[in-house]
Amino acid sequence: MQHTNTQDTFVGLFVASGIAGLFFLALQVSNLSSFTEHDSYTITARFENSGGLKVKSPVSSAGVKIGQVSAISFDPKTYESVVKLSIDKQYNTLPDDTTASVFTAGLLGEQYVNLDAGGSDEYLKDGGKIEITQSAIILEKALGQFLFKSAAEKK
Amino acid sequence: MIEFLQQLGKNTRTGFTKLGRGTFFLLQIISGILSVLLRPRLLLNQMYSVGVLSFLIITISGLFVGMVLGLQGYYILSDFGAEETLGVMVAASLVRELGPVVSALLFAGRAGSALTAEIGLMKATEQLSGMEMMAVDPIKRIISPRFLAGLLSMPLLTALFSAVGIIGGQMVGSGLLGVDEGAYWSQMQAKLDFQDDIINGVIKSLVFGFVASWIALFEGYDAIPTSEGVSRATTRTVVNSAFSILGLDFILTALMFGDN
Repeated sequence: MQHTNTQDTFVGLFVASGIAGLFFLALQVSNLSSFTEHDSYTITARFENSGGLKVKSPVSSAGVKIGQVSAISFDPKTYESVVKLSIDKQYNTLPDDTTASVFTAGLLGEQYVNLDAGGSDEYLKDGGKIEITQSAIILEKALGQFLFKSAAEKK
Repeated sequence: MIEFLQQLGKNTRTGFTKLGRGTFFLLQIISGILSVLLRPRLLLNQMYSVGVLSFLIITISGLFVGMVLGLQGYYILSDFGAEETLGVMVAASLVRELGPVVSALLFAGRAGSALTAEIGLMKATEQLSGMEMMAVDPIKRIISPRFLAGLLSMPLLTALFSAVGIIGGQMVGSGLLGVDEGAYWSQMQAKLDFQDDIINGVIKSLVFGFVASWIALFEGYDAIPTSEGVSRATTRTVVNSAFSILGLDFILTALMFGDN
């Protein structure tokens, strides 16, 4: 029948456009396409204070995103924050004296881990550790120190 | 006073009886789904009348909802100098809440009311009892295909609504108001999670599709077989669907997004 044939086409078009919408949401809107587990390697950094860092916060080097934070835990023996960074496999030439620091994007933006490459010839491998770290700058702490210092200078 | 109490008791009892009938009806529908899968032609015809015919209203509403979100969001965000996060705002509110809820409400108004009227009229003109006389189960032949079509169409319609809305927000935001197009998309991609946002939105739309089709079919099947009864049933479909969708949305949101 002619009628049912056009109906079939319309149903087909409808289903296809619905699925296309879902794909659009998955790939264009959410972060599904960016970093997946299997093509990355993990390194660990210990911070005195990791501030407002969260799982999935970006890890960047020279301003380019090269990975993301995969886990944050507290070490009860050393009272440090243990941050696992999963770095994209294609950036596997980070020297083992790389410095990790927690920065804030802008004054009120989200926090991220910045890696500054060192000069060593040895590269960080999967499961490697970053020895030199710099804690997050806590705004309240910095303000408190500043106020304390200016009060001391007045005396 | 006594009469009031009697009336209250009667109303409560009829309410529970109706809920019981509805639940029993739902079980019958679900047991009829298997025979629908053996006759996909029935499902296809219903997908056309439930899904394809709702396509236009869903996409046009989605476009305008997205455009309004872009406009309103821009005015508020520009006060804080954060126009770049417009994409996050538009996408998050569409994918998490407005997409599933508004498309379910439109679905209940467009497709749900039509289903109720169709089935109520079938009952009023004794087509359903005629089918039973011919040993054709009206649940399997009429009700289950429509239920399955509603359940399957809803997530697709919701995805379309959200996708078109996000594009509409982008059209207004970066086309009209001058938000950077790259920032619109990249901020959105950085903030929205596939698992947490998109999948939860799809789950919501499945639940809403389930409830809206169930209510529409039950009200039609349960309607008093007169023209007035059918018109009342149609009204009840839209009202009850709207209540259930909005109430369930609160519960689902509390369950899904409670921890962040």
